[in-house]
Amino acid sequence: MKKVMMGNHAVSWGVKLARTEVIAAYPITPQTQVVEALSEMCSSGELAARFIKVESEHSAMAACIGASATGARAFTATSSQGLALMHEVLHWAGGGRLPIVMANVNRALAPAWNVWTDQNDSLSQRDTGWIQLYCESNQEVLDTTIQAFKLAEAVDLPVMVVLDAFYLSHTSEPVDIPDQEAVDAFLPRRVARVKMDVNDPRSFGALATPAVYMEMRLRQQEAMELARVTYDEIVEEWGGMFGRRNGAIESYHAEGAEILLVTSGTITSTSRHVVNELRARGEKVGLVKVKMFRPFPTEALRVALAGVPHVAVLDRNISPGHGGIFAEEIRSALYDLAPERRPRVHGYIVGLGGRDVTPAVIEDCLARTRAAAGAGNTPEREDLWVGVKS
Amino acid sequence: MSQIQIKDQIPTGELMSSGHFACPGCGGSLAMRLVLKGLGPKTMVALPACCWTIVAGPWPQSSVNIPLYHSPFETAAAVASGIRAALDMQGDQETTVLAWAGDGGTFDIGLQALSGAAERNENILYVCYDNEAYMNTGIQRSSATPWGAWTTTTPAGHPEARPKKDILAIMAAHRIPYAATASVAYPVDLIRKVEKARAIRGTRFLHVIAPCPPGWKTSDDETIELARMAVLTKIFPLMEVEDGQTWRFSMEHPGDPVEPYIKRQGRFSHLGPREIGQIQLDVDARWKMLERRVEMGI
Ligand SMILES: Cc1ncc(C[n+]2csc(CCOP(=O)(O)OP(=O)(O)O)c2C)c(N)n1
Ligand code: SF4
Ligand SMILES: [Mg+2]
Repeated sequence: MKKVMMGNHAVSWGVKLARTEVIAAYPITPQTQVVEALSEMCSSGELAARFIKVESEHSAMAACIGASATGARAFTATSSQGLALMHEVLHWAGGGRLPIVMANVNRALAPAWNVWTDQNDSLSQRDTGWIQLYCESNQEVLDTTIQAFKLAEAVDLPVMVVLDAFYLSHTSEPVDIPDQEAVDAFLPRRVARVKMDVNDPRSFGALATPAVYMEMRLRQQEAMELARVTYDEIVEEWGGMFGRRNGAIESYHAEGAEILLVTSGTITSTSRHVVNELRARGEKVGLVKVKMFRPFPTEALRVALAGVPHVAVLDRNISPGHGGIFAEEIRSALYDLAPERRPRVHGYIVGLGGRDVTPAVIEDCLARTRAAAGAGNTPEREDLWVGVKS
Repeated sequence: MSQIQIKDQIPTGELMSSGHFACPGCGGSLAMRLVLKGLGPKTMVALPACCWTIVAGPWPQSSVNIPLYHSPFETAAAVASGIRAALDMQGDQETTVLAWAGDGGTFDIGLQALSGAAERNENILYVCYDNEAYMNTGIQRSSATPWGAWTTTTPAGHPEARPKKDILAIMAAHRIPYAATASVAYPVDLIRKVEKARAIRGTRFLHVIAPCPPGWKTSDDETIELARMAVLTKIFPLMEVEDGQTWRFSMEHPGDPVEPYIKRQGRFSHLGPREIGQIQLDVDARWKMLERRVEMGI
C-alpha cells in the first residue's frame, strides 16, 4: 500500500509495523508528530503498546531502559535539546547492551534557538555506544525504522534512526507501506537473551572493577563490529523481500570519478541532482552516500574511495576547534591506504542551522575542490565554510 | 511489645543475604531486608546510585535474590515505570516493581522523575531510605539533611541552614493512593505498611528513616535506638496518607525531648542549648501542623 506521508509519520508507521511494545516519549519540534501519531495508534488499539507520557526526554530514555531490560521492544523519538538532555542515559542504553530504537530528527542545538536541520545533535552522541543510521527519504525512514529493531536485537545494541528536520520530518512523500505479515516474517517478536525475570534473578549494571570493566567494553566493541556485517545481511534480506536496498554506504556514478562527493541525509538527494547535471556535461563527478555513521563503515569506504584523486565531504555539522565530523572520520579511515591510492580529502562545512544547501552551494564546493586540485594544493586542514556571509 | 511477639510478626523468609557490603549498623541495609520480607520474591528493583549500589555487591555478585537493575542516579522512578510497562505487556500484574533510592536520589536529583511517575500514578512502589545526606560520596548535605547538622559540605562553622524538605507532603500533593513513613526501629509497622502498599495499585511511596553510623557520627550499635528516638521525639513521626487527603498517625507519639537524640549524634556536636532549643521549637510547630493535617486533610 502506498501512502503520502511526512517523514515523522514514516517513523510512526515503522514503529507500529514493528509491533513495538513500550513507547516513552516527550514532545519537541520537529519530532512531535512521531509521537502524536503513535499516541493515536495506541489509543485506537491499532498498536498494542504501553505509551508512557513521561515528564522529560531524560525519563523517556530511562523508561525505555527499564522496559528493554525487562524484555520489551522499546522505542522513543526526540531531537536536539531532548537528545542532549538524554546524554547520560544514552550511555546506560549502550553500555547496558539494550536494543532500544530511537528516532532522532536532526535539529540544531541552542543557543541561538533554531529548530532547523543540523547534525550536531546526533553526532555529539557519537561515543555513547549507539548505532547511527542517517536516512535520505521518507521511504528509507520507514524501512530503516523496522530494520533498526532487527539490527538492535541481533547484536544487543541500541539504534538511532536519524532524519533531517523539515526536509524529511515535515515533507510529504509517497511511501510504500509493507504488509504487516511480511514485516512479521522479517521481524518476529523480540526474545531477549537475558532480562529482568523473577524466576531467574540477576543484577544488571553492578559495580565492575578494573579487573572486569575493560572486557565489557571489548564485548561492546565486538558487537559494533558485528553490527556492520549484520546490517549488510539485513539490508539484503529486506531487499529480497521488498525490493529496496539502502546499505551502509551507497556509491552513485562513482565510476571513473575524479571527484567524489561524500554526503549524508537529504544533502545526498540534492547532490545526486548536481552529479546528474555534471555527468551530462561530461564531468567525472560522483558521490558516496554514508548512511551508517556508527559503527563507521571504514572498510567499505576504503574500497569505495581508494584511488579516487579527490573527495569532497559535505558536513552539516562542526566539531568546534576541529572540523567537519564526517570529514575527520573519513580522513582517519583512509589514512592507512597506500599513499598513491589515498584520496585528498577536502572538507566543507555547509548548511548549519538549516541553511539551504542548494545545487549552487554544492557546485561551489566542487569548484573549490577543482581549484585546489588544479593548483596542486594539498587540501586545507581547516575545513572550508561554504555559503557563509562575510 | 515483647521481643517474642515482634518475632512472630516478621516473615522469616530472607531475600537479602549476609556478606553484603554495608557498614556495620547500616539502617539502609536493614530497611531493604525488612521491605523485601514484606514484598516477597515476586519483586524487581530499579536501583539508582546510592550506598545500595555498593551494598548490592560488585559484578557478578548480588546480595539480594531478586532481579535488580542498576540505574542512573536520577532515574529510579522512570526506570521503574519502564519495567512496569514491560511487565504489563507480558500480562504480569503480580510482580511488584520497587524503586529503591536514597534521600539524595529522591529529594534532590530524582525528584523530577519521581514527580512525573507519581503524577501519572505509575503502578510502582517507591521506597526512599533516608540517611539524611549523600553517604555514598562521603557525607554531603542533601535537602533531607536536618537543620543544624554537620556534613562535609555544611561544616560545623556553617551547618545546614535550612529545614528538611517535607517530602511526604510533596508526595501527598500528587494525590497518589498511598504514602507513608516508617522506621527501621518499628519493623512490624514497616512490614505492615509494605504489605499494605503491595496490595494497592498505583504509585505508593514509603519514606524510611535509616540511621547511618559513619554519616551521623554514631556508634554502630545505636542505629535502632536512634531510629526509635527519631519517632518518639516526633522528629520523624510515623504516618500514612491515603489519596493525598486522609492523614493518619500510625501510633501515639509521646513527644520525648529532642535533646538526648541530638546529643547522641556527632553530626550535631557543635550545637549548644540555644540551637537545640530551636530544634525543639521547630519540631513542636511542625507537629501542630501535622495534627491539623490529620484533622482536616489537606
Ligand atoms: C548524575 C550523577 N551525579 C552524581 C553522582 C554521584 N553520586 C553517587 S551516589 C551519590 C549520593 C547518593 O546519596 P543518597 O541518594 O542520599 O544515597 P546514599 O548514598 O546516602 O545512600 C552521588 C552524589 C552520580 N552517580 N550521578
Ligand atoms: S555509609 Fe551509611 S548508609 Fe552507607 S552503607 Fe555505611 S552505614 Fe549504610
Ligand atoms: Mg542518603
